[in-house]
Amino acid sequence: MLGRLSLSALPLDVPIVVGTFIGVCIIGIAVLGLITYYGKWGYLWKEWFTTVDHKRLAVMYIVLALVALARGFADAIMMRTQLALAYAGNPGYLPPHHYDQIFSAHGTIMIFFLAMAFMTGLFNFIVPLQIGARDVAFPFLNNLSFWMTAAAFILVNISLFVGEFSQCGWLAYPPLSETQFSPGVGVDYYIWAIQISGVGTLLTGVNFFVTIVKMRAPGMSWMKMPVFTWTAFCSSILIMVSFPVLTVAVALLGLDRYFGMHFFTNDGGGNQMMYLNLIWAWGHPEVYILVIPAFGVFSEVVPAFSGKPLFGYNTMVYATCSIMVLSFLVWAHHFFTMGAGPDVNAFFGIATMVISIPTGVKLFNWLFTMYKGRIRFHACMYWAVGFMVTFTIGGMTGVMMAIPGSDFVLHNSLFLIAHFHNVIIGGVYFGYVCGMNFWAPKVLGFKLNEAWGKRAFWFWLVGFYFAFMPLYVLGFEGMTRRMNHYDNPAWYPWMLVAEVGAVLILLGIACQLTQLYVSIRDCNLPENRDVSGDPWNGRTLEWSTSSPPPVYNFAIVPHVHSIDAFMHDKENGIDTRQAGAQYQAIHMPKNTVAGIAAGLFALIFGFAAVWYIWWLAVVGLVGVIATVIARSANKDVDFYIPAEEVARIENEHTRKLMAQAAE
Amino acid sequence: MAHDTTVQTAGHDEHHHESPVVFGFWVYLMTDCIIFGSLFAVFAVLRNQFNGGPTGHELFEFGGLGLETALLLISSITYGFGMIAAHKNQISQVIMWLGVTFLLGLGFVGLEVREFAHLIAEGAGPDRSAFLSAFFTLVSTHGLHVSCGLIWILTLMVQLMGTTEIPERMMNKLTCLSLFWHFLDIVWICVFSYVYLASMI
Repeated sequence: MLGRLSLSALPLDVPIVVGTFIGVCIIGIAVLGLITYYGKWGYLWKEWFTTVDHKRLAVMYIVLALVALARGFADAIMMRTQLALAYAGNPGYLPPHHYDQIFSAHGTIMIFFLAMAFMTGLFNFIVPLQIGARDVAFPFLNNLSFWMTAAAFILVNISLFVGEFSQCGWLAYPPLSETQFSPGVGVDYYIWAIQISGVGTLLTGVNFFVTIVKMRAPGMSWMKMPVFTWTAFCSSILIMVSFPVLTVAVALLGLDRYFGMHFFTNDGGGNQMMYLNLIWAWGHPEVYILVIPAFGVFSEVVPAFSGKPLFGYNTMVYATCSIMVLSFLVWAHHFFTMGAGPDVNAFFGIATMVISIPTGVKLFNWLFTMYKGRIRFHACMYWAVGFMVTFTIGGMTGVMMAIPGSDFVLHNSLFLIAHFHNVIIGGVYFGYVCGMNFWAPKVLGFKLNEAWGKRAFWFWLVGFYFAFMPLYVLGFEGMTRRMNHYDNPAWYPWMLVAEVGAVLILLGIACQLTQLYVSIRDCNLPENRDVSGDPWNGRTLEWSTSSPPPVYNFAIVPHVHSIDAFMHDKENGIDTRQAGAQYQAIHMPKNTVAGIAAGLFALIFGFAAVWYIWWLAVVGLVGVIATVIARSANKDVDFYIPAEEVARIENEHTRKLMAQAAE
Repeated sequence: MAHDTTVQTAGHDEHHHESPVVFGFWVYLMTDCIIFGSLFAVFAVLRNQFNGGPTGHELFEFGGLGLETALLLISSITYGFGMIAAHKNQISQVIMWLGVTFLLGLGFVGLEVREFAHLIAEGAGPDRSAFLSAFFTLVSTHGLHVSCGLIWILTLMVQLMGTTEIPERMMNKLTCLSLFWHFLDIVWICVFSYVYLASMI
């Protein structure tokens, strides 16, 4: 009846997990209680959970990402603390069985649920506004994608309290992840979380690709598209090409585990290196899926705060596209030690180094944008400059490891850990937080507190260097990744420094939370409110709308005349909004329960499949299919916003603009 | 799943976008194509890993295979007739041709299941060797797609019943299913030649 699920699956013997569980329960009950107390369930359901509005979905994605950050960072600081203790005979406080789950969960959560969700949130918010569209091409799929991602994240977190998570690292390499060596449910949780969130991500990729191809405002030719939209476009292509490969790799691992097949097993003719090739044929493009949009953020932020157009728009576009192509030609550098021979390794090594050329082009473009600019050192610029320095170091250590000879020494050492955190924190995370500070007024209608933003930046930046520079040293000294304890006295001081860094980053996160709290508390102060919709003297179309934008984004779809469409209009005295024009009724999609229902059934299916509760798995699967069919039969999916309502909203905004101008 | 898209949100003012549904579905199919491409690559790596078990040459028989292929290829033609009828707004004709396509597709899946049952009964199941794992996975992924197509055909037949005209949204669905069905035909031709023929020669 319950498959292999029994009471013994609850880790009641691990005090840390029990304590966490109690903590989560208390917080959860408090949140649910507050929502009930204030009677907000109807509001949440109608305005958020069932919404198809890309702006609302964007906020939900970013909230999901921040929750994932909390979970993923808790894992990180536990690992650092373990290694600051577990030295010279001291076993530390985390036994290997628990420690291995923590590093696996840390990587999985940070990539799939922090970075991917944050990125999708930024896409959702900005792309339709930047291209002058009223929504994405497929609003319902957008909602479905979100709930698939959320369902997968819930599944990962269920594994914390029911059963266990994978102990095989964030990519679950076989043969360790095969049933023979990992008979528990951990890898199965991993498999189903990846597959369910993969559906969401793939649909997001298709959605944004089609949106950008088909729904740009009139006049916006390819080479007039804002750079962030270009990066979202390239990232979507990478998602569409690489995520199906991930689906196949993880599905084959699942077939090995569930049906005793022999794709990657030691016996039966299986081939483990095929898994590594498949997973990295996805995995390397994946890191560019994440970092290319961060490049896009900086390409918007640096011009806005330098008071100049982006230097070298064309080269920026070509550099982005060439990184996109090259990212498919480098996957074998993740396993130079496979033994493919000098010819193959040389090819992949050189291809890897070649990527640094377009990346260098980008870096110089940002520097030349700042050169002789009227730079305002807003918190956004702090993140941008911090990125330029940090990411460059990370890029150079990447080139070091692209040399197969040195990779043989550094492979799977802490040097590698330092390198990819150097590019993912210094590139991806700094970029997304920069974007969050930059676009927050557009999303929320008020600016984020700058002082707390700068404090967060300094703690993150300094904390990053304290936490990861020692890992470069340790890598050279031969310390490998995923160690639970060690007895080399030379490593111990460096691990202590890294622990200090982790604490500094914790303070950085605390500052970010304080920033959010203070900003929301002070949101009605006149200096914080964004009445104009254009707080930074922005250059692209999203700044021409009110903050937050009306549900239809643009009452009159703008005409685009040049690269920085909104700046062009401002400089030439053109009213992008065409206020006071004859408004027409606007055709909009209706909210839907189908997305959240399908996500719930997918969660049920995933949980049941993990625990071999087959009847429940059938219920979940049939539920997903039935939801989609029911949605397809629903004819009541759209409505019109009447012209008078549009006129009322637009005139109200115009009145506010005039009042502000009169002050 | 991607067929189930909602209305476009383009404005009714001067710039009217044509529906992105068919283009979007085509793009989605290309991602599906990469799934099949990966499975073909896996099959290429593992095709000689027999683990002392039976080889494709010993297992595959041309008879049932030829019939399967014929059924699927003919079903593509009958679906095409259905689309012609749809463009002429002859709904009963559309339902009839969808029904014929459904039966042909069902025959294909039935024959495939029979072949699999036969292989498993012979002790040549997917857990016998890496070659058979790759074979079963590739072929049944195609079979699973055809089965989803069958559910889709039934859904559209039910949705068409009792209607008198084909609105744009329904036409888009029929067109997407048409793309899907022909795509599966093309994949089958690759499976037929690369998996079966190349093993039998």
